[in-house]
Amino acid sequence: MKTEELIDFLAARTTPVEANVVARRFAAALGWGAFCTTLLMALVLGVRADLMSALHLPMFWIKLALPLVVALASARAITRLARPGGRVAWAPFVGAAPIAAIWGFALAVLVVTPAEARVPLVMGSTWRFCLLAVPLLSLPPFVAIVWAIRGLAPTRLAYAGAAAGLLAGSLAEAIYALHCPEMAAPFLAVFYVGAMLVPGVVGFILGPRLLRW
Amino acid sequence: MHRDVEVRARETRLRGLLLAGMAGDADAYGTFLKELATHLRAFLRKRLANLPDEVEDLVQECLLAVHNHRDTYDPAEPLTAWLHAIAKYKLVDRLRQRAHREARSDSLDDAYELFSFGDADAASARMDVAKLLARLPERQRVPIVHMKLEGLSVVETARATGMSEVAVKVAVHRGLKALAAMVKVRS
Repeated sequence: MKTEELIDFLAARTTPVEANVVARRFAAALGWGAFCTTLLMALVLGVRADLMSALHLPMFWIKLALPLVVALASARAITRLARPGGRVAWAPFVGAAPIAAIWGFALAVLVVTPAEARVPLVMGSTWRFCLLAVPLLSLPPFVAIVWAIRGLAPTRLAYAGAAAGLLAGSLAEAIYALHCPEMAAPFLAVFYVGAMLVPGVVGFILGPRLLRW
Repeated sequence: MHRDVEVRARETRLRGLLLAGMAGDADAYGTFLKELATHLRAFLRKRLANLPDEVEDLVQECLLAVHNHRDTYDPAEPLTAWLHAIAKYKLVDRLRQRAHREARSDSLDDAYELFSFGDADAASARMDVAKLLARLPERQRVPIVHMKLEGLSVVETARATGMSEVAVKVAVHRGLKALAAMVKVRS
């Protein structure tokens, strides 16, 4: 086909474009992803028995805020990375801030803890389960977010994949936090951060394959 | 400075056309695509100098990509950055595909091609050809300038210099040999 013919063909198919396509696609993806993961967590793992009393503890909210702020930053990054030429600007700093904060907090806790009690504080009693459950719970939102991006036009595929994985991981972790009984900052600093990063790394590696258009 | 103003004016114009097109104005959209095609062609031709057959194909692919994904353009962002990102993505993607294909199929032609062109640019750039020519006797220098630099034929050179055709051939041959010897001594 000649280029002129293609142009005439395309120009004849001009329909008004819907506004906010990017935001609406991601809202749908996050809604479905969060719904499925919450259902999985509630049915398979179960909400922690002492949830009502935990609501009064500041540590519970810190535990929830850590993944939620990372989710917020990655959501911002992914809506930019899903467009050609989109710049992420401040998102990485916002995402790194709660991680740096929890590391500082954990370090302070460890310093005032007797040496023999430090390792149990870091390892908790569920670290293996945490590292396994969070990446698995992140699968539904990951699939939904990849679907959302595939309808858009990312041009930096590895970064878009990483942001998608990080968003899915942090969202899954915020939901997992309703089940998880761990309340020590050192545990959060190592295993919450680590479990969140796993889907991010997977997304970084798979991005170029999954998101090509 | 002048270029800057020109680029900004083009950005404003194309952006207006695209936004009108996105609102449903087919004429504005057609104009946008036509002007975009010329910019894309220039952009891609420069980057695909050794693959001229691919240029138009890729122009069309970029136009299609722009059309299909025009809903991802954020009017708050510069249009140039958006278009450039799409064109660059499609270009890199095409080159990567090609590299992939070529890595799997070893064609004899490709191997042959390596030796069929010699590139002496690196060596010749350091030498001033004019200076070397000046060291040749006039009888050899003038025919060489006519034939090798101005592209005249043997007959034309013979007529221009008043030499016989055989003499021209001999002079060019000897002159080139002498030049080659000078180059060898230098390097």
